[in-house]
Amino acid sequence: MIGLAQTGLRFASTVLAFVPFQPPSASSMSGDVDELYYLLSGITIFFSVLIFSIIFYFMVKYRRRSENEVAAETHTSMVLELTWTIIPSLICVGLFVWSSAIYVKNSRPPAKSTEIFVIGKQWMWHLQHPEGPREINELHIPVDVPVRLTITSQDVIHGFYVPAFRVKKDALPGRYTELWFEPTEVGTYHLFCTEYCGTNHSEMIGWVYVMSAKDYAAWLAGGEKTESMAQQGERLFTQYGCVECHVAGGTGRAPSLVGLYGQPEKLASGETRVVDETLIRQAILVPNSVHVPNYQPVMPTYQGQLSEEQILDLVAYVKSLGGEERNGK
Amino acid sequence: MSTAIADIHHDPVESNVNYLNASYGIKSWLFTVDHKRIGLMYLAVLTFMFMIGGIAATLMRLNLVEPQGALLEPETYNKLFSTHGIIMVFFFLVPSIPATLGNFLIPIMIGARDVAFPKLNLLSWYVFVTGCLFALVALLSGGVDTGWTFYPPYSSLYSHTPVVIMALGIFIAGFSSILTGLNFVVTIHKMRAPGMTWFRLPLFIWAMYATSLIFILGTPVIAITLFLLGLERLFHVGIFDPAIGGDPLLFQHLFWFYSHPAVYIMILPSMGVISELITAFSRKKIFGYSFVAFSSLAIAVISFIVWGHHMFVTGQSVYAGLVFSVLSFIVAIPSAIKVFNWTATLYKGSISYQAPMLYALGFIGLFTIGGLTGLFLASLATDVHLNGTYFVVAHFHYIMVGGALMGYLGGLHFWWPKITGRLYPDMWARIAAGIVFIGFNLTFFPQFVVGYLGMPRRYAVYPAEFQFLNVMSSAGASVLAVGYAIPLVYLIWSMRYGPPAGRNPWGAKGLEWTTLSPPPTENFEVPPIVTEEPYSYATAEATHV
Amino acid sequence: MSEMAAHDAHAHPPGFAHQFEDAAQQKDAGTLGMWAFLVTEILFFGGMFTAYIIYRSLHLEGFILGSHLLLVKFGATNTAVLICSSLTMALAIRSAQTGKSKGTIIWWLILTMILGALFLALKFTFEWRTDYLEHTVPGAFFGFENRPEWGANAPYVQMFMCFYFFMTGLHALHMVIGLGILTVLVVMTARGRFSSEYYTPLEISGLYWHFVDIVWIFLFPLLYLIGGRYPGS
Repeated sequence: MIGLAQTGLRFASTVLAFVPFQPPSASSMSGDVDELYYLLSGITIFFSVLIFSIIFYFMVKYRRRSENEVAAETHTSMVLELTWTIIPSLICVGLFVWSSAIYVKNSRPPAKSTEIFVIGKQWMWHLQHPEGPREINELHIPVDVPVRLTITSQDVIHGFYVPAFRVKKDALPGRYTELWFEPTEVGTYHLFCTEYCGTNHSEMIGWVYVMSAKDYAAWLAGGEKTESMAQQGERLFTQYGCVECHVAGGTGRAPSLVGLYGQPEKLASGETRVVDETLIRQAILVPNSVHVPNYQPVMPTYQGQLSEEQILDLVAYVKSLGGEERNGK
Repeated sequence: MSTAIADIHHDPVESNVNYLNASYGIKSWLFTVDHKRIGLMYLAVLTFMFMIGGIAATLMRLNLVEPQGALLEPETYNKLFSTHGIIMVFFFLVPSIPATLGNFLIPIMIGARDVAFPKLNLLSWYVFVTGCLFALVALLSGGVDTGWTFYPPYSSLYSHTPVVIMALGIFIAGFSSILTGLNFVVTIHKMRAPGMTWFRLPLFIWAMYATSLIFILGTPVIAITLFLLGLERLFHVGIFDPAIGGDPLLFQHLFWFYSHPAVYIMILPSMGVISELITAFSRKKIFGYSFVAFSSLAIAVISFIVWGHHMFVTGQSVYAGLVFSVLSFIVAIPSAIKVFNWTATLYKGSISYQAPMLYALGFIGLFTIGGLTGLFLASLATDVHLNGTYFVVAHFHYIMVGGALMGYLGGLHFWWPKITGRLYPDMWARIAAGIVFIGFNLTFFPQFVVGYLGMPRRYAVYPAEFQFLNVMSSAGASVLAVGYAIPLVYLIWSMRYGPPAGRNPWGAKGLEWTTLSPPPTENFEVPPIVTEEPYSYATAEATHV
Repeated sequence: MSEMAAHDAHAHPPGFAHQFEDAAQQKDAGTLGMWAFLVTEILFFGGMFTAYIIYRSLHLEGFILGSHLLLVKFGATNTAVLICSSLTMALAIRSAQTGKSKGTIIWWLILTMILGALFLALKFTFEWRTDYLEHTVPGAFFGFENRPEWGANAPYVQMFMCFYFFMTGLHALHMVIGLGILTVLVVMTARGRFSSEYYTPLEISGLYWHFVDIVWIFLFPLLYLIGGRYPGS
């Protein structure tokens, strides 16, 4: 018996190895998601087998044996109806709670995440490290360090998906979406675009390289010396005249931006909002929608004058002026 | 005609004046107001549209045999998956059972002479054909490449394909749905025969009623959504373009507000058919009649409040995600109730295995799997990983093809003798049902696996490691195609050469089985008065003629 | 055949359709059908109302600026015109119900049509034409340059005007269809098809007309009256 079971398992694992059922498990949340997936699979298999077996059993036992055979009368049983309503409902509630716990737990990026900015455009991914390096369709990151992505699109809706990390988020034009993960295994993993975006949607793919800390430092140091995003942002801040009004110390026509990032700010409309990437972007593009009390709403809009990359550089610059790191939304 | 009563038990087929031979000539069909003829005209158009959608799928699966694409440029592939989705959803599945079996059977099952608004019924057919023509014009102009979901900004600003023409075709076909839904709701409310109370109605009628509610409430929203998209595309102003202050996610909310209930439009009628088939072929009353009836209504109502589960990864708030997730779990419960009740109906039944029953049993199995895999997608943590992958494709094909389409085929086979007055060769029908079941699973089960592995959907080319599963899926598709081709042959053959069916070849209960096959134009020789409970098999003598 | 003969001999009222058992069933069915159709219309307009409400709450200032571009005088006049047309429509139905002559019914129907046409004339010649001349029609010729006071709200003023034209345009289309229906009713009345026993088409068309009126009654305050127009508001 045991020998048979062992053979069976060995056979199963050979087959399973040939057709792997899951992608590499490479992030701090892949394990949780996989566990839930196998639970759901188990429930699916259980109920499918249950229904299939009962039906098959009835099909054989109650097959019609003569032409004029008449079936017995059965009566609806309230007990049965309630049982098979309540048990599935409880299973569903249980699954909902389990799944939502994982989802909520993973909805907030940890405080000390590395920030990477992603711009999707037809048909490639631009990834910008705050230290300066820019990558296309590739992302080099160190292992065991949480990474928070701020994602936007330059044209149509795209979707940023790394199966190995079990994470996905759409890239939307005109706004920022956020995604975080912590890679736990060194390796190379697929990056896919997962929201149909036109002709070369299936070629908008790339790789995520998770490296050891040493290798990552080497990678960062090698390559062209480029300015950091904040440095580029500072240049733009001068180039586009922002520095003339947004004087440090608050003596200009516009509020100082020093120490502003991450702080809650009361707007002239009465509502209070945290100064995050989205607010900064909105302030640049639709200034009067977020103007603050005690200052005139005279800031011109930069809509159409700045590319998404430039806006992200300015955002990085404002962040570099200090302020508390957000703890996620 | 001599006095009606004496003739009821004779039915000499050759001298039978029925709805098919009551008048001849193309004009008698194109200007008919007979719900039965209109049902057949829909059947013809829908079969044609199904074939177009099927050809698109065939080309897609052929292409996917090679990781770099075996056959097609990406642009062509994108147009094909869009065509496949649009045609199959809007021009086949949504109208399928309602416009064919619904139109044919509803008045007969409730004991009426026709639907409430026969001329509106004919108009709905013409409107549908017009919609199909617009879609065909769009296809002949190259086809759209936006996906059946038409998400802006791609569809409004970037695609260089005839989006407006296709959207217009869908808009027009939607009107046809609305008219059909209106007709059915009024017919079921107002035209039941004396004694046909709500709880004596066949469950197919309850299912069609629930479907019609969704037609009425949901279809106008897709209409206005596509209308707004078309305006935006034509005039370059609108409410979805972020560059002018709009929001592309608003489109998604509006789109899915209809399109989620739409998937229940596609499955509810099929569930109604299954209730009829299971009872007829086990010669037993349905287990839990009111539970099955009310579950149809519950599905229709809850279907309107789950749309957000298509948007879990669009950046919506965690709270919105939680709400839509819990509601999406809840919507599964009424469907589970039906599956258990159908299974319990088989208990102590007298079960026979003609083709309609094989389709019904296949439905229950495949719908169970499809429904349970929906839970993976209702669950937030797994949906983040699975959204946009082949897992979703497999899930909805299990429901729409393993479910809805099998129900449609089962229903066509069950009522074919009533519709045509002829029997088809059951052996071939059973073989075809088996081939469909096997081919279907071979095609779509591998897609669950390749989806969890991470293969995105709508990909014309894919990484080589996914090839094995894709080839398996394409191989299955070829088997499935054979399974669909066979009924076409013997059903058409039977119209000419099949033996006469008689009133009730299956020995089934239901008003439709008391009248002639094919029925006379006014459906009944004598308007029926209902005294029996539905599915009153156990106390009946064999009514098998 | 004897059955058929017996059936004809028991005279049905004019306009009776034979899928029904009796005239009462037919009237009930027709009325339910029209109500169900109006539900679909509510959902149809509802999509745009929903989108409007969402954007208005997000971009109120731009929408107020847009609303101030509209000519309230004409909107208000049109509201009164439509309400009167609903009255004349109801009177047409009442005339049929109380067995008045077909001339009376036709008179009320034509008055309804005149009011409906007046609504459309006022809208197209005064409101829309003004918008066209003043470059407040959304699109390539939208007059952003001449309105520096809009500032950063400018895209939302155009957005508002999109809603204005889409919603009132869809409404106007329904009015035109209504005028078509009324024309058919006039012809049917002239041919003597209605009586105090059978006037269902008039009644259900009345439902449609009242519905189109009610849509306008929602559109008018939502579009024309936001932001207030009096000092201090």
